[in-house]
Amino acid sequence: MQELEQLERDVLARVAAAADEAALDAVRVEALGKKGSISEALKTLGAMTPEERKTKGPLLNGMRDRVTAAIAERKAALGQSTLDQKLKTERVDVTLPVRPEPVGRIHPVSQVLDEATAIFADMGFAIAEGPDIETDDYNFTKLNIPPEHPARQMHDTFYLKPKPDGTRHLLRTHTSPVQVRTMLTQKPPIRIVVPGRVYRIDSDQTHTPMFHQIEGLVIDETSHMGHLKWVLEEFCRAFFELPSVEMRFRPSHFPFTEPSAEVDIRCDRSGGDVKLGQGNDWLEILGCGMVHPKVIEMCGHDPAKYQGFAWGMGLDRLAMLKYGAPDLRAFFDADLRWLKHYGFAALDVPSLAGGLSR
Amino acid sequence: MKFSLSWLKDHLDTQASVDEITETLTRIGLEVESVEDKAKDLAPFTVAHVVSAEKHPNADKLRVCMVDTGKETLQVVCGAPNAHAGMKGVFAHAGTKIPGTGLDLKKSSIRGVESNGMLCSEREMGLSQEHDGIIELPEDAPVGAPFAEIMGLDDPVIEINLTPNRPDCAGVRGVARDLAAAGVGHFIADKPAKIIPRFNNAVAIGLHFDAGTENACPVFAGRYIRGVKNGPSPAWLQQRLKAVGLRPISALVDITNLLSLDRARPLHVYDADKIKGEVQARLAKAGEKLLALDGKTYELDVEMCVIADGSGAIGLGGVMGGESTGVTEATVNVFVESAMFDPLRTGRTGRLLGINSDARYRFERGVDPEYVLPGLEFATKLAMEFCGGEPSDITLAGRVPDSKRELAFDSTLIEKLTGLKLHDAEAFGILAKLGFNIVVGRRVTIPSWRPDIHGVTDLVEEVVRIAGLDRVPSTPLPRLTSVPQPVLTPMQKRVRAAKRTLAARGLMEAMTWSFVSKEQAALFGGVPEALLLANPISADLDAMRPSVLPGLLAAAQRNAARGLKDVPLFEVGPQFTGPDPGEQLTAATGIRIGSGPRHWSHAGWSADVFQARADVMAILEAAGFSPETAQVSSDAPAWYHPGRSGALRLGPKNVLASFGELHPRVLAAYDLTGPVAAFEVMLDTLPAPKARAAKTKPRLELSEFQAVERDFAFVLEAKVAAAEVVKAAQSVDRILIESVAVFDVYEGTGVEPGQKSLAISVRLQPRDRTLTDSEIEAVSSKIVGAVAKATGAKLRT
Repeated sequence: MQELEQLERDVLARVAAAADEAALDAVRVEALGKKGSISEALKTLGAMTPEERKTKGPLLNGMRDRVTAAIAERKAALGQSTLDQKLKTERVDVTLPVRPEPVGRIHPVSQVLDEATAIFADMGFAIAEGPDIETDDYNFTKLNIPPEHPARQMHDTFYLKPKPDGTRHLLRTHTSPVQVRTMLTQKPPIRIVVPGRVYRIDSDQTHTPMFHQIEGLVIDETSHMGHLKWVLEEFCRAFFELPSVEMRFRPSHFPFTEPSAEVDIRCDRSGGDVKLGQGNDWLEILGCGMVHPKVIEMCGHDPAKYQGFAWGMGLDRLAMLKYGAPDLRAFFDADLRWLKHYGFAALDVPSLAGGLSR
Repeated sequence: MKFSLSWLKDHLDTQASVDEITETLTRIGLEVESVEDKAKDLAPFTVAHVVSAEKHPNADKLRVCMVDTGKETLQVVCGAPNAHAGMKGVFAHAGTKIPGTGLDLKKSSIRGVESNGMLCSEREMGLSQEHDGIIELPEDAPVGAPFAEIMGLDDPVIEINLTPNRPDCAGVRGVARDLAAAGVGHFIADKPAKIIPRFNNAVAIGLHFDAGTENACPVFAGRYIRGVKNGPSPAWLQQRLKAVGLRPISALVDITNLLSLDRARPLHVYDADKIKGEVQARLAKAGEKLLALDGKTYELDVEMCVIADGSGAIGLGGVMGGESTGVTEATVNVFVESAMFDPLRTGRTGRLLGINSDARYRFERGVDPEYVLPGLEFATKLAMEFCGGEPSDITLAGRVPDSKRELAFDSTLIEKLTGLKLHDAEAFGILAKLGFNIVVGRRVTIPSWRPDIHGVTDLVEEVVRIAGLDRVPSTPLPRLTSVPQPVLTPMQKRVRAAKRTLAARGLMEAMTWSFVSKEQAALFGGVPEALLLANPISADLDAMRPSVLPGLLAAAQRNAARGLKDVPLFEVGPQFTGPDPGEQLTAATGIRIGSGPRHWSHAGWSADVFQARADVMAILEAAGFSPETAQVSSDAPAWYHPGRSGALRLGPKNVLASFGELHPRVLAAYDLTGPVAAFEVMLDTLPAPKARAAKTKPRLELSEFQAVERDFAFVLEAKVAAAEVVKAAQSVDRILIESVAVFDVYEGTGVEPGQKSLAISVRLQPRDRTLTDSEIEAVSSKIVGAVAKATGAKLRT
């Protein structure tokens, strides 16, 4: 009995002393292998009397189970420490920069167009577009600007070289020819906004030979200046994301509207840059009016029956006002630093539900 | 259009303040551009009496003055050589902002002597550059009085931005009429009395126009005034002209300027003794020249209306007079012209010759025909007042054009068009104050000075403009549907999707000009003559772009110059295929240059054809088009690298996109070092996605049986496209073979020259049972056979 107890103590001591998994395995083989000390002891059971076996059997089996358990326990402990050792060698400097991921940007004009689209679509306006190269007829004549009309001088027009038949197309000076195209092909009620590139011979800090306009047109039997006022007030309030925007409608003159107005928005210029919705200054942001009966007539509708309104504003200018980019020329320079600063993330899609901007 | 407040008050009886007047002007459509109110700026400056002026104890050039400001006597140190006891000067207290220097004046000690203010020079007052001494005022200037007042500088000058439809307001009188209608005071009516002639005008006037051109000058009234003495005009007139930026010249000339500015009635005065024979209005002769009053000689064309005499052209009708017959101080006999000139012709002449005169400004907008004669009478009256002399009768050639027009005005139209409900009394009252005559039956006659009024909507505008647009009630535009319907067209959605996709893939959205230089265009297929601009803003922006690439490459070049070498740019915009409206495509175009930012974890890689193709596929996918259905071919346009570019097409004609590395020849033109990966996707050419009524997706069929992957390595001719191998393998069993992927391509050691090794991985997905080994073997050998048959490839051993 004492021998067995001694054997168990020895084995357990060597299990505990095993420095690594190899040493432990050697102990396991010595004790529990085919010729192992405990295995040999177990073999003696076969030669015993049933009585002897009854008392010795549980002792020997218990010893085997305890040693097996001790080896498993020691093995787990050794495994843990080996892993700990290994992990220690796998340390990295977590302050190193992460892998660069591409960061693209949406141009402010695209973003602002999507913002305006979200607002006008909610009011039931479709988006209409038209060609950059236009006929004189659509850009001027059908908008009540006959040839030689002084108002044509207000638009510094780019012309293409005359074609063999003498006709001379131009680069549209405003998005209004799309009004003409729409009225010529659609029956009222019409509600459209028209974004697009327009061209004028002009170049300084606030003028570029190409810029973007967005204009609107409503033609039906009842829409009047009061509706126009509401549409523009609601648009500006929503677009500039202000609780309220004070606007001033000033009578003005455009050949294609009658009555016509220019619209100013209250702002504060005292700090150097423009703050909207406060202050004592006014900033002109758009022109508008009731569509001139002659325009309605020239576009194929009866001005006695149909009426409506139109407005036009600079899309780039809206972007400048809302997001503070000071120089219009930079909009078309594609300076990566500018695009990164003033541009928008791909997933920042404006919506009325989520707010137009972050 | 500029005028001063006192000038306005000649025509308007009002107590209104400048602010009230300017606010009203803007409110009624005469937008105030600026108000120059010297009285406001100069308010702190008052008249002071220099009681004594002693030499400064510590400085030779300074004087210590005791100055009586009217309220107190203060000590002031002054450096002006003309400061002396007894003089009247202009005094500014400490704390005053000095307009000439922009600095706040401080109480100070100058070389140990206290100074409590300043005696000012003209330069310090911001009045002129004069700084040799302080301003010396007349002896009788009242001490303590505002300086601006005694100098007559207290008359604010208002400038309005006049819209081209309002010729009447090109005269101060017209502005006054509008203000009176808007309730700011009363319009002062006056009608120049007829002058009693003393003799008959001997200068004949002839209108010589061919049929059809008579409207160039339909009426010409002339009067001879003899025995005048021309000299400087009275001080009030000079001051008035100076206030609005005109230089007084002589009484006779100043009178014509006064009528132009005051009554919008341009006139011209000739030295009658220099006129040779009949004064004629006619169109210029080819090659005719005129030395005009501005000292320049103009070459005229046959569409321009001139005034001529026996010597030839002596003036440009409605634009500018000629030097040869101009009045001078020596003029004794004067001939005064009051005529009408065609607005369009006048505008054209001024435009072609580059003359912007006050006369042109008015004639091209339209001058009141009914004021031809009253204007002449008024000018005569002033001429006789200032210069003496005796007037002749008036010679009238032609006829004053009939400007009488009448409209029936249904006042309910006001509410219909504007939503503003007005009583008839107010509406017609406004029209009456504007000079419209209301006749029975709601008929309205239009004043002769309002050529801009044509129809009833013009009347609505007049009424609402004066009543106030602020009274138009903001009215919600009725909704068409409760929840708004989607409005974007498939193309608009495509454009938005392309932009957001490319931005998500790390590209920056640019917007570049629609025009490029002819030379740049030539690199990208060129443009026909008809796509060149006749009047480009500069020679390097003279062609409508045939591709968006030149603009992006120029942007890359600019960025490279700023030290930014990695350039990921894209633009979605128009490119032009022909000179007619609509001959344009919307292209999603991008470039990638460089290796991306350097990083410690991996070596850089260069932008390449496969990245460009990946961009193309991403756009197509985002646009709702499955890129696998298009064929990839290796025939990109000439601006791409011939061996590293391709096209994506649907059939032989319909090219959806080009992609690849750009041709070194193109890069050289932009000083760029390659490679530059580029792509161009023609968004318009994509087939429209099929409209589906149901939004449900097809049922997802998942197999519960084990999928098997088998790899095959082939050796084949290097020139065979990988796509051929993939296609052949796929064709073996389109149901069982779920996918075929190329996972290795190798040329070099171990593979014979001209050959390559290409490895594919084939994934078999059984649908109804697990595949047995022999079935897998059977499919495998079919794949090997099919690939061998299609491409000549041999299984690598």
